[in-house]
Amino acid sequence: MKRIIKALAPLALCLCLFCAPALAAVANAEPEILRWGGDSEGGFPYMFPNPENPDELIGFEVDIVNELAAYMNRKPVYINNAWDNLIPGLLRDFYDISINGLEVTPEHEEVVNFSIPYYKTFLQLAVRKENTDIEELADCKGKVVGTLKESYAQMVLEELGNVEIRTYIVEANTYEDLQNGRLDAALFDSPIAIYSAGFNPAIKFVGKPIGEIEYAVAVTKKNKKLLAEVNEALVYLRDSGKLREIYDRWALWSPLMASEWGDYSPRRVESDRYNNWVETHRPALSMGERMTRYLGFLPTFGRAAVVTMQVSITAMAIAIVLGLALAIARVFAPRWLSLLSVGYVEFMRGTPVLIQLFFIFYGLPSVGIKLSPFWAGAIGLGLNYAAYEAEIYRGGLFAIPSTQWEAALALGMTRWQSMREVMLPQAVRVVIPPITNDFISLLKDSSLVSIITMVDLTKAYGQLAATYYDYFGPGIMVAVIYLLIGLPFVRFSRYAEQRLGEQDKDGSKKGRGRNFYRTSTRWH
Amino acid sequence: MVNKAEESLIVIENLNKGFEDGEVLKDVSLNIKEGDLVSIIGPSGCGKSTFLRCLNCLELLDSGYIRVGERELSRSGREQKPDERMLQIAHEIRCDVGMVFQSYNLFPHKTVLQNVMLAPLVVKKLKKEEAEEHALLFLEKVGLKGFAGKYPSTLSGGQGQRAAIARALAMNPKVMLYDEPTSALDPELVGEVLQVMKDLDREGMTQIIVTHEMKFARDASDYIVFMDKGEIVEYDDGDILFTQPKNPRTREFLRHFTGTDAVGAGAVNVR
Repeated sequence: MKRIIKALAPLALCLCLFCAPALAAVANAEPEILRWGGDSEGGFPYMFPNPENPDELIGFEVDIVNELAAYMNRKPVYINNAWDNLIPGLLRDFYDISINGLEVTPEHEEVVNFSIPYYKTFLQLAVRKENTDIEELADCKGKVVGTLKESYAQMVLEELGNVEIRTYIVEANTYEDLQNGRLDAALFDSPIAIYSAGFNPAIKFVGKPIGEIEYAVAVTKKNKKLLAEVNEALVYLRDSGKLREIYDRWALWSPLMASEWGDYSPRRVESDRYNNWVETHRPALSMGERMTRYLGFLPTFGRAAVVTMQVSITAMAIAIVLGLALAIARVFAPRWLSLLSVGYVEFMRGTPVLIQLFFIFYGLPSVGIKLSPFWAGAIGLGLNYAAYEAEIYRGGLFAIPSTQWEAALALGMTRWQSMREVMLPQAVRVVIPPITNDFISLLKDSSLVSIITMVDLTKAYGQLAATYYDYFGPGIMVAVIYLLIGLPFVRFSRYAEQRLGEQDKDGSKKGRGRNFYRTSTRWH
Repeated sequence: MVNKAEESLIVIENLNKGFEDGEVLKDVSLNIKEGDLVSIIGPSGCGKSTFLRCLNCLELLDSGYIRVGERELSRSGREQKPDERMLQIAHEIRCDVGMVFQSYNLFPHKTVLQNVMLAPLVVKKLKKEEAEEHALLFLEKVGLKGFAGKYPSTLSGGQGQRAAIARALAMNPKVMLYDEPTSALDPELVGEVLQVMKDLDREGMTQIIVTHEMKFARDASDYIVFMDKGEIVEYDDGDILFTQPKNPRTREFLRHFTGTDAVGAGAVNVR
């Protein structure tokens, strides 16, 4: 008994470690906390990791939230989510408010309430410097135009018709593609355009401001009290000039805003935030500067690697246990249960794991099952991989010579005893190498959890790379980290294979079909 | 030579067994007394292995009657689906019958001692210390006490087969079945395994051996059963069967082992 406790203690500890972030995320907010959701990946100038210190989140919306929270006497807690999932996340009560360039559109207003707008802007068309075909929006017909996925700009382009629209999740990628010729033009909210290309000599802005976009804070329909609080705070911030100050610092005060708020006064403070941005994005960084910057990424990547490992290990534990149950059900259970197991395996293998994750995280709450991002990710991946593990176990069982099964039965063991004492322990040895391989592939698939608000290695890469316009260095770094995490498991797999090779001198006949197990005698 | 059913430990009557590709055993009847050592010989494919496997219910008979001790199993034909009760009896018979296979079938993931202890622990629910003591007793009997901690893959063939015998004995079976126990062994290792069987015979163990060791069969058996094409062709005392076979099929089979028609005493040897 003592030995069992000793063996379980580290397991329990691990479990606590895993649960902690998950629990923290679901725990109901204490009164003084204001959970706000946004997407920092490529989120400049709204919210993005500070290029000088990647651990710090900056952006004009971050400044707004801080002012809002200060006025409301609350402590802001940032929760990251993919931009096109911000509204679903809000509906899931994953955060209290969402603020991230969310446009007040009829579709959005159907599902959430919006505060009064805190910023008004327009769409800005950008083309390459040498381009002369496109001078305004109408010229985009027949051209390839890039924009943000599910944004107002996409709608405008769709209404224009006959435009080949490429939608992006990361703004920086769009302007990169514009520069290298994959796109003819890019249409974005003006702040994005300014911060992406305003200082890029290879790109120019063309045409008049297009449309009007109002950004507002999204709050769930039922949370009317919070909406009132937010509105009150916004009015105060606008009238006291605090918002104007923020827009000046970020160089986002525009003629449109001036006419909207009736404030035609000249700039009051330095555009220091914008200048910093331009400074850090001037091209041709020296090697030394580059290396220093990369070193600064390490803590961010380290934390992300922990997330990746927690999700992967938990998911694998689920997959191993459930897979075993599925395999046993398939081989031994009554026909209907066996068919159920086959159905599960085929269904899970036959549908994309991405869909499964979306369904578990955003779909299940509709029937009352709310999982934290961590558990949604771990369970989603675990359920998916269980299907693959089940097939591996099944192969493992059939790899053990049927003579072993007979020998156990001949000794008077029941089918269950033979399975437990003789077949499974041997099958486990056979399946260790393929299961280890699966774990390595799970480690990579765990990058999918970034779509359900977790900041894992892949998400961290996206955030940092988009912030610095640098997909090269961070890409190598993140690849090396994935390799390093996977390496011990590769070695373990080799070791297990060797051990198996040494023991596998006996037993020549291969196993029989599943009917052999099913019919050959009784269970107890 | 014919044992009466009521005096026998094992009774087999009109045993039939077939697989998809045809009948393997046809109306086999045989009675075996307690303490007998019976050898079954015959050409390969004649059904001797299937006969053994039916006897300990690794294969369920199609029709006929089997009695081992007090446990009786009968079936009217393949159309009679095996029910819970039938499977329960089959399981009980397996507990009373020890089986030794041609390829030993030791459990490779367990040591020799663990191999022998496993069934008493799991089936008879003995305590660990008890099972260990018990197992060591049988390992000593087959001369493998010093190999208790070794893994099967490190044993020689003869040692492996003796360990398998100890494993079967540890369940205190009423009868031991051997399916060509020495066929996979190097010639110089055959003797040590046969010796174990002879020792067991002296202790009064009932044993049925499917074998190609003609000299052993002749010397050690109480009687020999010759099977061909799924039938028992004849059975008799070893010396009589080998020297005066009544049936031409027996004569033909034995000639393969001697190369001559005259089957003299001691002239028959296996290799």
